[in-house]
Amino acid sequence: MKALILVGGYGTRLRPLTLTVPKPLVEFCNKPILLHQVEALVKAGVRHVILAVSYMSELLEREMRAQEQRLGIKISLSHEKEPLGTAGPLALARELLTDNEEPFFVLNSDVICDFPFEDMLRFHQQHGREGTIVVTKVEEPSKYGVVVYEGDTGRIHRFVEKPQVFVSNKINAGMYIFSPAMLRRIQVRIDANTISEKHCHFIWNFQKYIYFFNCFWMDIGQPKDFLTGMCMYLQSVRQQAPERLRTGPGFLGNVLVDPTAVIGENCTIGPNVTIGAGVVLEDGVRVKRCTVLKGAHIRSHSWLESCIVGWSSSVGQWVRMENVTVLGEDVIVNDELYINGANVLPHKSIADSVPEPRIIM
Amino acid sequence: MLKAVILIGGPQKGTRFRPLSFEVPKPLFPVAGVPMLQHHIEACSKLPNMKEILLIGFYQPNEELNRFLSCAQQDFKISIRYLQEYAALGTGGGIYHFRDQILSGSPEAFFVMNADVCSEFPLPEMLDFQKEHGDAYSFVILGTTANRKQSLNYGCIVENEQTDEVLHYVEKPSTFVSDIINCGIYLFTPEIFQHIGTVFQKNQQDMLLEEQSNGWHRAEVIRLEQDIFTALAGQGKLYVYKTDRFWSQIKSAGSAIYASRLYLNQYHTTHPERLATNREGGPKTRGHVYIHPTANIDPTAVLGPNVSIGTGVTIGAGVRVRESIILHGATLQDHSCVLNSIVGWGSTIGKWARVEGTPSDPNPNDPYAKIDSETLFRDGKLTPSITILGCNVNIPSEVIILNSIVLPHKDLNRSFKNQIIL
Repeated sequence: MKALILVGGYGTRLRPLTLTVPKPLVEFCNKPILLHQVEALVKAGVRHVILAVSYMSELLEREMRAQEQRLGIKISLSHEKEPLGTAGPLALARELLTDNEEPFFVLNSDVICDFPFEDMLRFHQQHGREGTIVVTKVEEPSKYGVVVYEGDTGRIHRFVEKPQVFVSNKINAGMYIFSPAMLRRIQVRIDANTISEKHCHFIWNFQKYIYFFNCFWMDIGQPKDFLTGMCMYLQSVRQQAPERLRTGPGFLGNVLVDPTAVIGENCTIGPNVTIGAGVVLEDGVRVKRCTVLKGAHIRSHSWLESCIVGWSSSVGQWVRMENVTVLGEDVIVNDELYINGANVLPHKSIADSVPEPRIIM
Repeated sequence: MLKAVILIGGPQKGTRFRPLSFEVPKPLFPVAGVPMLQHHIEACSKLPNMKEILLIGFYQPNEELNRFLSCAQQDFKISIRYLQEYAALGTGGGIYHFRDQILSGSPEAFFVMNADVCSEFPLPEMLDFQKEHGDAYSFVILGTTANRKQSLNYGCIVENEQTDEVLHYVEKPSTFVSDIINCGIYLFTPEIFQHIGTVFQKNQQDMLLEEQSNGWHRAEVIRLEQDIFTALAGQGKLYVYKTDRFWSQIKSAGSAIYASRLYLNQYHTTHPERLATNREGGPKTRGHVYIHPTANIDPTAVLGPNVSIGTGVTIGAGVRVRESIILHGATLQDHSCVLNSIVGWGSTIGKWARVEGTPSDPNPNDPYAKIDSETLFRDGKLTPSITILGCNVNIPSEVIILNSIVLPHKDLNRSFKNQIIL
């Protein structure tokens, strides 16, 4: 089976992290985002993954070669020369996807959930229609694409993108199964050898079915949601594989710690914390609701809540960081500062407090 | 024989020092570990001919003041008495009212100083200066240089550069007059009372001409600055001794921290025993730190620069204190961080909490810059300033209190920024 993952472009909403590393490779709970999805797909029987990218990255290519070996599957990259939205990549990858009559997965790369791929496949094969779209229920539907459909038949009435007034709380979860027949319906007008979005008319009048998905789901494309998604994921780890979590004195709630991380004395870590490889936490550190990426160093007596600390960054002593502060790669925060909602670009040194949220270039 | 008079004001004065002045009269507030007044008294008692120190103010007799007086008498072996005005009589009215007390024993001269100044007190130099200038009856004002803009906030002195005579004096002018400002420390001879007496008589006559007596405008209220100096300027009686040693007003809580720093620096030479050192089993200190011997401090704490720790304070592991005053009986729990703040008597700061203010120090690049007495609000918002916790305030763990003023006996339950919490 095949899967197409819509990776897209520069991942600008997840900057400054994506200034260093392409979004699919940013570690979510100590594993690259893409790998969460690919491993779940492989488990459901996928043997060929196609990544639709509009920004080609050497780092991504290299990493994908490594994963091909490791997982024993094929990974191709389909490169859009300009961003083609959702339909374009499908058209572009048409050849790769239609070489047989098997249905294929399509997946938005920002989605983290308890991937229901096996179930989706069974459901799709059972109803025998051309497409399955996964919807899920969320609290704030106006951030997403809302799907209005008939609950008992699954017939779709319409899609409303980011509705200003409440239409429904069921949204498009960014996961689909399509059959190759559907692909042939996409009419693409080719203009001067490029397929651009305005030339794609994706006609939604094929026969589709709604798969309603009820477990945790999050679009982690921006830091605030990244952290919320982390909390959900860690909760699901507690339910399914609690031995992966770190417990004991000084650890509260769900905490994931890489075995190579070093944690000092009198720290209190958690709830909802992910500590990456080689991270050092000195004595007396308090961390809650944070992701600390590989190689970062938090010095003693500091207090962090709702932050993402970038790779190899260094946070000084007696620092207070909160309110979705994101440090890019190799950021240095001097001792005794207060950082509130700062978005700090890579390789920056912070010598003054940031009492109100802002971007630091 | 010499005397000194210290004007200590009263409860209606010093309102910019609230909420700290709710607990203790401002002149007794500890600066660099000892009550503000004590620095004046120490300087006075060093003069060999100093026979008596009189405190004049309109505070009701209270326990702290009495206790301070008896301790000071014992420590300095000099007569120290408090003369209470029956009403606020102004900087001139008070000394005039008590002139008999001041002149008893026939001192040749006497110093008059405001309690709320922080200074190196160049008193011997002022005495020498007085002998060399004018006649035996001249008066001396201690002056210092301010920058042009800030001079408008003080009493401005125009001097004759050769003779050091005060030619002109204006209190808080609206346009620039001079960058020499009045430090609030004077050396008078008994003749001053004749001049004050003249003003007093004139006031009385003016009052008789008025139809009704407005309670606030009493004849006896005389201000040295506006009423006496302005009149004496240019008459060959008033001289200014300029100093470039440290000097600052202490009007607001922020200036108490700045004044602490100035006095702590001075302790190097005057009281090295008051400065904490890095020793075995003690906290790590940076710069100048005063720690009262009864304070209990974990060795992993890091204190300073410019920190004063009061009696019976408890400081836990991994605590950081910088540019702050921690008052008697306060407790700082593990890993907390106190910066640019005053923590009130008996207050508690929870683990990992951060109590932080914004310093209002004068521009370090300008040698004549003075600390600003900023207004509390600017453009409708609270001006960022030193964070003050009144007495018995409880700050829970892990919160931040930033640029805020918390009134006494308050238990907070969350973070606060840029607020006054009643």
